[in-house]
Amino acid sequence: MAALLQISSVSKHFGGFTALAEVSLAIGEGERFGLIGPNGSGKTTLINCVSGSLRNESGSIVFNGEEVSRLPAYVRTRRGIARSFQIPRPFRTMSVLENLLVPSAYVAHLKDVDAEAQARDILRRIGLADKADTPSSALSQVELRKLELARAMAARPKLLISDETMAGLSGAEVEEMLKILFALNEAGITIIMIEHIMQAVMRFSQRVVCLDAGRIICEGTPASIVQNPDVQKAYLGA
Amino acid sequence: MKYWASVAALLVLAVVVALAPTNDYFFYAAFVVLQFVVLATAWNILGGYAGYVNFGAGAFFAIGAYTAVVLFKSIGAPLAVQIVAGAAVSALLGFGVGLLTLRLRGIFFAIATVAVTFVLETMMINWRYVGGATGLQLVRPPVELFGTYTRMLFVVMAIVALAAVSVARYVQDSWIGRGLRAIRDSEEAAECSGVPTLKLKLFACTISGALMGAAGAPMPMYLAFIEPASSFSLNYSVSALAMPMIGGTAHWIGPVLGALLLATIQQVVTVTISGEINVLVIGVLLVVFVVAAPDGVLGLFKRWLRSSR
Repeated sequence: MAALLQISSVSKHFGGFTALAEVSLAIGEGERFGLIGPNGSGKTTLINCVSGSLRNESGSIVFNGEEVSRLPAYVRTRRGIARSFQIPRPFRTMSVLENLLVPSAYVAHLKDVDAEAQARDILRRIGLADKADTPSSALSQVELRKLELARAMAARPKLLISDETMAGLSGAEVEEMLKILFALNEAGITIIMIEHIMQAVMRFSQRVVCLDAGRIICEGTPASIVQNPDVQKAYLGA
Repeated sequence: MKYWASVAALLVLAVVVALAPTNDYFFYAAFVVLQFVVLATAWNILGGYAGYVNFGAGAFFAIGAYTAVVLFKSIGAPLAVQIVAGAAVSALLGFGVGLLTLRLRGIFFAIATVAVTFVLETMMINWRYVGGATGLQLVRPPVELFGTYTRMLFVVMAIVALAAVSVARYVQDSWIGRGLRAIRDSEEAAECSGVPTLKLKLFACTISGALMGAAGAPMPMYLAFIEPASSFSLNYSVSALAMPMIGGTAHWIGPVLGALLLATIQQVVTVTISGEINVLVIGVLLVVFVVAAPDGVLGLFKRWLRSSR
């Protein structure tokens, strides 16, 4: 498997606080990758550095054979890195459909007719078809999470980063989101899942990395991760 | 098509009215109303669509006016050249201010625009060539069309207003408008949806500045006079912001409605009561609208449409 995303020795500090210390990771094309770790361990900081919301201070991030760590976020999105936000950030004055038309216009450069067809198709796959013309400010929590994924999909990504898409959802809703993510992966999209809901990450991921205090403490298959004493210590203490 | 037909019709109407044997005062007042249509429309491109509040409309307006004065005094440039140059210099100002402040999100841009007003006003007060603090009398050239200078200026301002509204409409309906809306709703999500946020904000700030400059450029010829205090008047900055808010910021027609409504009331009040009460009118209406109709006249209209269905 060729590496789609190669993160090498990436560091990030906030003042005196080390959020990421020399993190290195390789993620293969088509992989389902899980990123776990306790609160404040640097998961979101890492993906902010990958998506361009933050700049890493040292190290390199190579995506699809190109160094991207100095590119602005919108260029990275155009190169194929899309993300959802942990706290949904819909374009709240727009309808659900219009939300998807933003990336269609700016990333895929689609004509209005094609963009709308693509948007409706994505909404159908994600189960928001009947909400297409609803104002996004009127959506429920689970619908907002789906909208985050749908909008990311409208950018036609090669790599999709799902940042705690399932936090606070019920068991049935988690199942539904998992099914959507599996289907997207089937369609050839590499997925990084950041999640606190363990059964979800463990079931979804082929490979899992656990971060603690900005360092990778363990990497392996889901089964080996849960057995790892360092991981247990990071999560449970003692 | 319907839009351009209306533009042509309004233009013909302006010319016909200017040729009619009306009292000259009508044109004197109508010029000011149209000037505010331009100013409000210009403000809304950045403030309404992208959500970046410019408190310094007065500075852009005045720089347009002073550019016109410099050109007129130095080379006796005709009015059209004054307007184009005023727009160009204000566009540069918009680009510069934007470049310095639009990287920062939120309130910083608003604060910077206030600062720009003070800096530029102080510079003009100390610049002898354009009259300094006491101001400069200008002698209008003779006018060939429409009989009086005021009538001619009215037609010119009508053209500028129609052009400004057409620009705002184009921006709103194009992909740029969609990007600006995305920026207003969530800048981070916009960036992650492929929107080049800084470029779009700079573009909006430049266009907005240019149109404000175009609104200000005919002012010296209108008054046959220029001086800093009235050119940089807070009234322009407040009106430019209040009129779109009262009309509605979501659509290009909003600032037009707001400006027509407010500026007309101001003109009537100036004649019937006193010019001093103008600012009070704006203040009271702004408070009423922010509390009772945050989406402006447009919002009220939409609500009424929905309830009557």
